[in-house]
Order: sequence, then C-alpha cells, then structure tokens
Amino acid sequence: MKFHWIAFNTILLKEIRRFMRIWQQTLLPPAITMTLYFIIFGNLIGSRIGEMSGLDYMSFIVPGLIMMSVINNAYSNVSSSFFSNKFQRSVEELLVAPVPNIVILAGFVFGGVVRGIMVGLIVTIVALFFTDIQVFNFWVLCSTVILSSILFSLGGFINALYANTFDDISIVPTFVLTPLSYLGGVFYSIELLPEQWRFLSEFNPILYMVNGFRYGMLGVSDVSLYACYGILISLTVVLAAVSIHLLNKGKGIRH
Amino acid sequence: MSVSSDYQGPALTIQNLKKVYDNGFVALKGIDLTVQQGDFFALLGPNGAGKSTTLGIVSGLVNKTSGSVSLYGYDIEGDWFEAKRVLGVVPQEFNFNQFEKVADIVVTQAGYYGLPRKLALERTEKYLKALDLWDKRDTPSRMLSGGMKRRLMIARALVHNPRMLILDEPTAGVDIELRRSMWEYLQKLNEEEGTTIILTTHYLEEAESLCRNIAIINQGDIVQNTNKRDLLQQLHLQTFVIELAEPKPSRPSISAYPCRWLDDSLVEVDIEQSNCINALFKEFDVLGLAVTSIRPKANRLETLFVDLVSNNSEVA
Repeated sequence: MKFHWIAFNTILLKEIRRFMRIWQQTLLPPAITMTLYFIIFGNLIGSRIGEMSGLDYMSFIVPGLIMMSVINNAYSNVSSSFFSNKFQRSVEELLVAPVPNIVILAGFVFGGVVRGIMVGLIVTIVALFFTDIQVFNFWVLCSTVILSSILFSLGGFINALYANTFDDISIVPTFVLTPLSYLGGVFYSIELLPEQWRFLSEFNPILYMVNGFRYGMLGVSDVSLYACYGILISLTVVLAAVSIHLLNKGKGIRH
Repeated sequence: MSVSSDYQGPALTIQNLKKVYDNGFVALKGIDLTVQQGDFFALLGPNGAGKSTTLGIVSGLVNKTSGSVSLYGYDIEGDWFEAKRVLGVVPQEFNFNQFEKVADIVVTQAGYYGLPRKLALERTEKYLKALDLWDKRDTPSRMLSGGMKRRLMIARALVHNPRMLILDEPTAGVDIELRRSMWEYLQKLNEEEGTTIILTTHYLEEAESLCRNIAIINQGDIVQNTNKRDLLQQLHLQTFVIELAEPKPSRPSISAYPCRWLDDSLVEVDIEQSNCINALFKEFDVLGLAVTSIRPKANRLETLFVDLVSNNSEVA
C-alpha cells in the first residue's frame, strides 16, 4: 500500500510541477479571461440587467464563472498532460513500472483537481475586486467543486486516451464544454427560459454543477441538491469505470 | 527486491508467444526463448523481425495475442507487479519528457517503483555519476546530446536496481568512443552486479564483443538460439584482407588458399575455420610478398547473420 502511495504522490507531484512550470499558460489566462467577464458582463452589462434570482447580477454570475474555470482547467490539464505523455512516449515510463492502472488514473485525475481548484481560487480572488463573496454552505461548496473537477478530469483522461493528435484534445472543449457551460445557467437562471428550453437544459450536467456551487455560495439554486449530487456522483462513477476499462485494455497506450 | 535469492530458474522464459497486430500482421509466430540468470544475451534480427515486439511484450508495452512470459518465475500477467519490479527497460527511442530536468526524470522513475524520496535521490546521484551525467542533473533533457540521452535512459532503467535489464538498440547513433564506454559499463554491471542483460542491436560487433548467448529472430520465428562460440563455429570460411608492402603487378596465385586480388597490393584470402594461417605466411614468404597488415573482411557474426537470415527468408 505504501508502495502505491509513493507512486501516486510521484504522479501527482509531477503533474503539479508541470502546470506550475508553465503557469503563464495554465494559471494566468483564466485570471485574465475572468477579469474581462467580470468587467463586461458583471459591471457594464450587469448594471443594466438588474437582479437575477433576487441577487444583483454580478453576485449571481460569480459562482458560475468560478465553476466554469474549474471544470475547463481540470479537463484541459488531464487531457493535455496525458496526451503529451502519449505523444512523447513518456507514458511508457509508467507502463513498464509496477503501477496499477487505478493509481495512474488517480494520479492524473487529482493533478487535474489541484489545477482546477487553484484556478478556482485565483478566479475567486479576482472576483473579490468586483463584489463581496459569501459562503452559504461550506460543505456543499467544497463537495460540488471537488466532485465536478474529478468528473471533468476523468472526461479529459478519456479524451486523451482516444486522441491521436493535439487537435483531438481541443475538439471536446471547443464544441462540447464551452457551449454546455454557456447554456448551463452560468449567466442566467433557467427559470427565465421557455418551458421547452428549460426541459432541454435539464439534460445539461453543467447546469447541476453550477447550481450546486451557487447554492453553496449564495443559497439559491434552480435545481435540487439531490439531483445535483445524484448526477455528479453517478457520472463520476461511470467515467471512472470507463477510464479503468480503457486502461486495462491498453486503449491508445499499448499495441 | 522481493524476488527470492533462492530462485535458481531462468531469468526469462517465453513459451509459444504469438502476436498478431490489429492490421493482421503476424509479428511473432509462437516463439520459445529462455535466458538464464546472469546471462548477457543478444536478440538479433533484421528490421521488422519481431525483436522489439518480443521485448515490448516482456516489458508490458505490447499486449500479447497468446503464449506465456515469465520473469524470474513471475508470470507477466498473473504476477505482473513482481515481474515488473525485477525489470529495467531501455527502449529504442527516447521516451522521456523533453521538458523535464535530468535528475527529475530519474527521481520520478524511482517514485513509480515505490522508492522513498531519500533513497530515490541517493540512487539518482549514484547512477548519474556512474553514467557521467551528474553535471547535467539540472539541465532540461532536451538540451542533452544523443549519447547523453541514451545514458539518461540507462540511469533511469537502473534506478530501482533491477535484476534484469533490457536494452533495445542502446548504442544506436552513439559515437564509437561513447559506445565503448557504454560497453564497459554494461559488462561491469553484468559481471559485478550479476544483472541479466538482454540486448538487441544492429551492431553485430557489439553482440560478438559483449554477449555469451545469442538468438536470431527472423519473420517472427527464432531461427537460431545458442551460445556465441557454437554459433561462430557454424562459419566454415573466414575471409582476410591482406595488404602488401609493395605492389605486385604480376599478381601470383596462392596455391594453398582461394584468393582474389583486389588491386596490385591488396589480396583477399578465404581460409577454413579449422585451418591455421601459418602456412599462408610461409607461402607469402616464398613468393616474396611482404605483408604490412591483415584484417578480417567482415565481422564474423555479421557473415553468419546474413547467411541465417537470407536462408530463412528463402524458406519462408
């Protein structure tokens, strides 16, 4: 057990060292992007929108923007790092070593979680320049952000296993993650949507993550906490099982 | 190391190993191979013969289609954890993160093998010094020369003190001086530490100099598996190139041996393995030919390798 713990720590520290080494590409851009969001959507446009769910618009969008940064960074950390390992063949260092697949997966996923949470903290600090931040329920806040970053790290890992080129790891963030994030209740309450669009929105898993996190911060949510945790936990279990199955098969990493 | 020191069996046992790739290419047709503990073993073969596939399966980088492989008695599937602990692998291509520092690459590999950080740092220092890379420990690996990168991969493979080391063309693209120093290091490792070494190489001189036992693989089959002496005895003829002190335009024939004049001062002579060559010099004396140098025309193993591989290809 100690043996596997050392291996896990080694992978995790290597992942943290990697994204810290290139902080200009990993930690700085979300801070800049979110500053622009806060200025444009929060201050300039938000002042004309007024209140949303009984809150001023800036306060309303802060949880969604933090969560959007967390899931994007958790996903891209694992997808780009693991694909780079495949591309440079340094993944073979792990494959020849006595490291169980579950430890490999855990090491990369928690690397993504650490980056997601670090970016989340940076965006939170940026948000403090624009609005007051409150914590309504600390445990809901922490559990939704951790579960969401685990879920999207797993998604990034599966993407990296299937990817054959660097283009393949940008397709999902561009064509799936970004649209789902924008349509996931970051900028609006789904209560404002017509019935059929509201119904469609309920199939978007990011809606539950954003609203769960918003509940933890502000105490308001468009969805029930049970639905939020149910979807987060079940999707995490499914993606973890798929990842382990693919690793056992050697998908994308063994001939 | 958890392998019992009482274990006296072979270091590597391969039985009826087959590999068919997804595109239908049959890389291995059911090979059997045994490597004893402490051996310095060469696996030779032309490109695409199945060498790297065999070593890839042994090291866990390639999934086998059927057959069994065990390392120090541990099956690579059933006892994969123990099997991997006894093995160190130096692949053919550079497979480390080019952006990481030299020492970080080795320390990280030690971590994958469960070595506590303090021990990992000690071993990293030991092997980087042994392979003359200690001064480069803080250099990003992409800044190293080709030879240094090869040595880095050897240091990385040794950091957990494996009982068996697999080297897939370790001296490809390495200059002669460095190649010799790597040979010396590997010989020392084999003789002093008792590390079993399996080597693939295209430099047959390397296999002839280093290895005690040799297997030749061609088109997915083992066509020869014996010790080096027996293998070389299969060569009936050796060809020597003899250089004369002065040109001899008359090009006299040398009765005792088949010969060919390459020019007026160079002559090629074929001599049976079992014959001594003293008579050759006597005849040269009689003919008044002063010899300044004599050298084998080709590496002996190379000649045999070409024969074996071409015979096998004809049969196939």
